[in-house]
Amino acid sequence: MGNLVVEMKNIRKTFPGTVANDQVSLQIFEGEIHALLGENGAGKSTLMSILTGLYKPDLGEIYIRGEKVDFKAPKDAIDKGIGMVHQHFKLVKPFTVAENVILGLHGKQFIQQDEIIKEINHISEQFGLKVDAGAKIWQLSVGEQQRVEIIKMLYRGTNIMILDEPTAVLTPQEVGELFKTLRKMAEQGCAIIFITHKMHEVMEFADRITVLRGGKAIATKENKNTSSDELAKLMVGKEMSMERKNAGGELGEVVLKVDKVCAQNDKGLRALNEISFSIRAGEILGVAGVAGNGQSVLSEVLSGMREATRGKISLNGEDITNKPVQKIIDAGVAFIPEDRGSTGLAGNLSVIDNVMLKEYRRKKFSGGIFMKDKAVRTRAQELVDTYDVKIPNIDCPVKMMSGGNLQKLLLARETSFEPKLIVAVYPIRGLDIGATDFIHDLLIAQKNKGAAILLISEDLEELFKIADNIAVMYEGEFMDTIPYEKANVNEIGLLMSGVRSGKNG
Amino acid sequence: MAKTKIMLEKRLTVPTSIKALVPVIAIFLALIATSVFFIIGGKNPIEMYMEMFGGAFGSFYGLSETVVKSIPLLICALGVSIAFRMQLYNTGAEGQLYMGALAATYVALFVPNIPLALRLPAMMLASLIAGALWAFIPAISKALWDVNEVITTLLLNYVAILTVESLLFGAWKDPDGFNFPQTAPFDQSFRFPLLGPSRIHMGLVIGLILTILLYIVFTKTKWGYEIRIMGESKRVAKYSGMNIQRNIVIVLCLSGALAGLAGMSEVSGVSGRLIRNISDNFGYSAIIIAWLARLNPFMIIVVSFLFGGLLSSGTIIQMAGLPASTSYMLQGTILFFVLAGELFVRYKVRFIKQEVE
Repeated sequence: MGNLVVEMKNIRKTFPGTVANDQVSLQIFEGEIHALLGENGAGKSTLMSILTGLYKPDLGEIYIRGEKVDFKAPKDAIDKGIGMVHQHFKLVKPFTVAENVILGLHGKQFIQQDEIIKEINHISEQFGLKVDAGAKIWQLSVGEQQRVEIIKMLYRGTNIMILDEPTAVLTPQEVGELFKTLRKMAEQGCAIIFITHKMHEVMEFADRITVLRGGKAIATKENKNTSSDELAKLMVGKEMSMERKNAGGELGEVVLKVDKVCAQNDKGLRALNEISFSIRAGEILGVAGVAGNGQSVLSEVLSGMREATRGKISLNGEDITNKPVQKIIDAGVAFIPEDRGSTGLAGNLSVIDNVMLKEYRRKKFSGGIFMKDKAVRTRAQELVDTYDVKIPNIDCPVKMMSGGNLQKLLLARETSFEPKLIVAVYPIRGLDIGATDFIHDLLIAQKNKGAAILLISEDLEELFKIADNIAVMYEGEFMDTIPYEKANVNEIGLLMSGVRSGKNG
Repeated sequence: MAKTKIMLEKRLTVPTSIKALVPVIAIFLALIATSVFFIIGGKNPIEMYMEMFGGAFGSFYGLSETVVKSIPLLICALGVSIAFRMQLYNTGAEGQLYMGALAATYVALFVPNIPLALRLPAMMLASLIAGALWAFIPAISKALWDVNEVITTLLLNYVAILTVESLLFGAWKDPDGFNFPQTAPFDQSFRFPLLGPSRIHMGLVIGLILTILLYIVFTKTKWGYEIRIMGESKRVAKYSGMNIQRNIVIVLCLSGALAGLAGMSEVSGVSGRLIRNISDNFGYSAIIIAWLARLNPFMIIVVSFLFGGLLSSGTIIQMAGLPASTSYMLQGTILFFVLAGELFVRYKVRFIKQEVE
């Protein structure tokens, strides 16, 4: 191993209400490819933002090549040779590759186009980064754009290169090429850090791996001395508190049937890959998986907010594929979206307005033209009282409420029209224990009433507490669906990272 | 060394006092800013403002003229405010007004044999449809291809105004009009009745009825509820199963229809024929009015009246030897300060003392 180039000691960073990094120490050596592995919210990105000067740590010290540094701005980090390729590229689309590469560099008032192109070509040959220096960014594929980002860093003399989930946007072939390039850079003395949650990449390409969990650096392992099993265990961590809430019970008829459904994400990439499953009445199907593997897209397709490009979705035998949202609501689908504050509720509007979102068309609450003011107010007050939502009065804008109360209100609304299917995405994200329990009790109550529930979660503990079956989603499909009794954390952790263990494969 | 840093902090709720105070201060500052131009023109600004105020509100004649000017402002501003509620920025009320005036004129001059009782309703209907159609072009492009409606509605203004002019200089020119670019006068049956011994006409009643109607629509109806949600968040609206595209078209067309009606009200109520410059920039002032009134229909009445005063005092500025456009300048300056004042509505300004090494 080469010289120690980066040393982060006891880094702590808090944001209002959360500790993003706590006592994190990290050592990076010259010539190594170092993977940062962890679930969403483990603190990987925060740590790297500190290293690149975007955030200032509350506590802790950073040494670059033995010299103590105190980054006041990203520029200070760049001066020390630290560069980051973000998940969302920072490129100016109408500009050429060469223009993007030199963008923001000082001291070059007169641009010698030829020289820059020559230098870019030199870098791209040296590291196998094929790209046309004269091409405009918008003409390039995502993989090529990423290469431009890397060239940009190298041109600036970066020798500590950080990549945030670099493979999320790449095809498998491109992934292979990327790591070939990174290896070449490492051989020339660069230190490479990449953030990921894909196990096979870690095992295939990383020299050393640091596992983060809950804001803490749990362990740093050498590739040759570890296994994907061990890493998965470290990543998922903690012994589960197995206080099971779901009392089981007979499952009924199939309510939701999803048959070979495909869909695209916002970027037009395939996010659901011929996914098939069904949920029965009274069943909670938990979906585990690292965010970004198609969970949100799945929830949006089921609720009618996103188009399925192929396949069929039926609810109690009725085809609801690509039906308007209103039809799907009327068919009895409740949806607890990922971002309750911006999709599920309108922050500036009152509790009354928000409570009515799904039911305002019903005869009980509106006639042909007018809203039935009295019925509406009664309903809002009733929900607030029954679900113990803390709010001064029902005319208050909902943005005044805390996260837990917002979610209570949202669930109150979504469960009050006796849905046949509930699609819940990360329903307890950011909630405290009390609110979490409340939400879980509510979902269980719905299960007992015979609703089919799809619970997308990032918290395995949650799934073990209330799910009947646990499916693991990876790259747009279910790796496997395991009954709760037979599931174990390690196996699910492996499946989440795209590794199929022998017995289920 | 201590350094004071100015920080902007987003307000969670906006106190009513701030909401009310900001426009008042904005208008005050606009008056001060505009007074610079009076001083350059060699006038005492305070005297000028006093005279303007007296002219617009100080006599029965002045007051009635102010009301006459505020009628099209009121109707247009109501129209504009409908679109604004859904965050659709219809800047084309001016053009929609012209098209409404054109359609109403067509009915009055060229459609034969309309029963007497149906003449005014026919004109009104024609102007509503014409305004709506003029807004339909931007509306459908917005709904289907997300074309920015600010640009399309604005540019169509010029098309509308020039269309009217080409008719006034050509096919529709009054043969007995001494070559003035205007149509022949309408028959009395196509004129709005006047209210009392002034130029105030039926348009006022229509404007007030519309105000109440819109208030009811926006606070009491199912559709008003949908618009409220859509204006707040398209995503939440989609989540609730509302048809956003269809409502973009409906709302923009309705907005245009009202502006069109304002055009009818001008030709029928004031000029009695289609003339050049039928609008005193009513469609543009309407944008400012709707904004100042925070889209509240009743506030729109108040602000329209004030802006009507500003327009009618234009003649006084002119008599003093300054261009009448000074009153437009004052309007623009008011909008400028109101928009700048939005910052203080949305954010709290805090001064933080920092110790620096």
